[in-house]
Amino acid sequence: MKEVELAIVGAGPAGLSAAIEATKAGVQTVIFDENSKAGGQLFKQIHKFFGSKAHQAGIRGIDIGTNLLAEVEKSGAEVLLGAVVWGLFSDNRLCVTFDEGSRRRNVMYKAKKILLATGASENVLAFPGWTLAGVMGAGAIQTMVNVHRVLPGKRILMVGSGNVGLIVSYQLLQAGAKVAAIVEAMPKIGGYAVHASKVRRAGVPILTSHTIKEAAGKEKVEKATIVRLDDKFKQIKGTEQKIDVDVICLAVGLSPLAELAWIAGCKFADVPELGGYLPIHNEDMETTKAGIYVAGDLAGIEEASTAIEEGRLAGIAIAESLGYIDQAEAKEKKQVILSRSEQLREGPFGVSRKKAKEELMRRSLEQ
Amino acid sequence: MTLLKDGFFDPEELKILPGVPSEERLKKGPVVVIECAQEIPCDPCESACHKRAIEIGDSIINLPKLNADLCSGCGLCIAACPGQAIFVVDMNYTETEATVQFPYEFLPRPKEGDIADGLNRAGEKVCDAKVLKVIIPKKFDRTAVITVSVPKEFGMEVRNIANRLKNE
Repeated sequence: MKEVELAIVGAGPAGLSAAIEATKAGVQTVIFDENSKAGGQLFKQIHKFFGSKAHQAGIRGIDIGTNLLAEVEKSGAEVLLGAVVWGLFSDNRLCVTFDEGSRRRNVMYKAKKILLATGASENVLAFPGWTLAGVMGAGAIQTMVNVHRVLPGKRILMVGSGNVGLIVSYQLLQAGAKVAAIVEAMPKIGGYAVHASKVRRAGVPILTSHTIKEAAGKEKVEKATIVRLDDKFKQIKGTEQKIDVDVICLAVGLSPLAELAWIAGCKFADVPELGGYLPIHNEDMETTKAGIYVAGDLAGIEEASTAIEEGRLAGIAIAESLGYIDQAEAKEKKQVILSRSEQLREGPFGVSRKKAKEELMRRSLEQ
Repeated sequence: MTLLKDGFFDPEELKILPGVPSEERLKKGPVVVIECAQEIPCDPCESACHKRAIEIGDSIINLPKLNADLCSGCGLCIAACPGQAIFVVDMNYTETEATVQFPYEFLPRPKEGDIADGLNRAGEKVCDAKVLKVIIPKKFDRTAVITVSVPKEFGMEVRNIANRLKNE
């Protein structure tokens, strides 16, 4: 068994940011990630980010990812890739399987503190034909197009007009595909209007109060039937339209990837505004299990910019709890980060997330 | 609201935005048109403007407010806007033509002198658009800024082009 001070599961924006803060303070840190490259979803985000200068606004996600990796390298934190953390046992023991090509190696780690930053998984939508080849998640498409540079199809139907659906539609246009339409079950576009306007002026129709009814094709998707919905989300007969597409992309939300937190026995809350069931955590990002922290999408589905702030917060709180930073210094540092993340939750798009986070903090005090 | 339902502004929605110049100011020459209608946390446009013509203020969710008298229409804010919501319009380019500058992130990029389809906010072709300039300095970080000339009546309508070569 190997002993470490801090074990971080997930090398996305939250995990990397936590590692940077903790290691800077002197904490010996190991980050595990099952992928072959660190950075999480950041290397699929080829668009410029929002926020202010302090949130790296105007910088593309890929470049924020590159900068984070350079900072981690400088910090001295150890990043272990191809490393699947599949078990969390008592006394903060983690079981990790290393994929070494032809063989697998299991190693047990014991950590003084654990940060879970495992991110999210994509929601799916079931409809007749949804198992045909060519029906895929927006995250899968982003991986294919932006990481592997493979275009999954030529004519795409996008299901969902949240920021993910709008951004991935735009990226598909950039990659040379045609987006036949974006359908949205709600009567209003879900994501930012600026993202919607970008794809709209490139000729992509956005059909609100519409959904996919059916996918058809012999071996793979050849056609999609879309249909209008009434104000009770019932399909309106006779409004079906058949469109020729070879890919149907599902962008219907994300859910926190919470298995390890369940295994650890963390208490959960169902918070629809933040993506569903997630571990209750306090202002330090610590769960109801002492010594186990969460950050990023696992702590509530939000933007990568927020994941970075939450990771930094957890890293500082962990360094404080291990005695590397005194209380006064930690308080000051945390305050700066908290005010930055609060800014990201302001305005009509953030207010429900802001309230839900406050409610979580209140519940963590009751525990 | 057509913006929330369809993804593009109707002219009435546009007029009331604090980032959109008055008709009188538009008549005077090049000026930015900031088509930003939602209070999202974002402020790079403010610092992109050296003339302080764009103001966000204390809270980063405020809509950008244009002080059109200070704006020279230089266009430095166009590529700085992560939402690609900023345009520069010169309604006085010639007697009959206006120019529109807009951000563009597609390949192949059009070339100066090309005649492209001028697209409105809904992506429909409304006129021919002549490509006058394509610039992509390092500072714009891979967002090109394209200037096209269009018939004057489409200066406040054309917001994109379709590259005809690409469509063939």
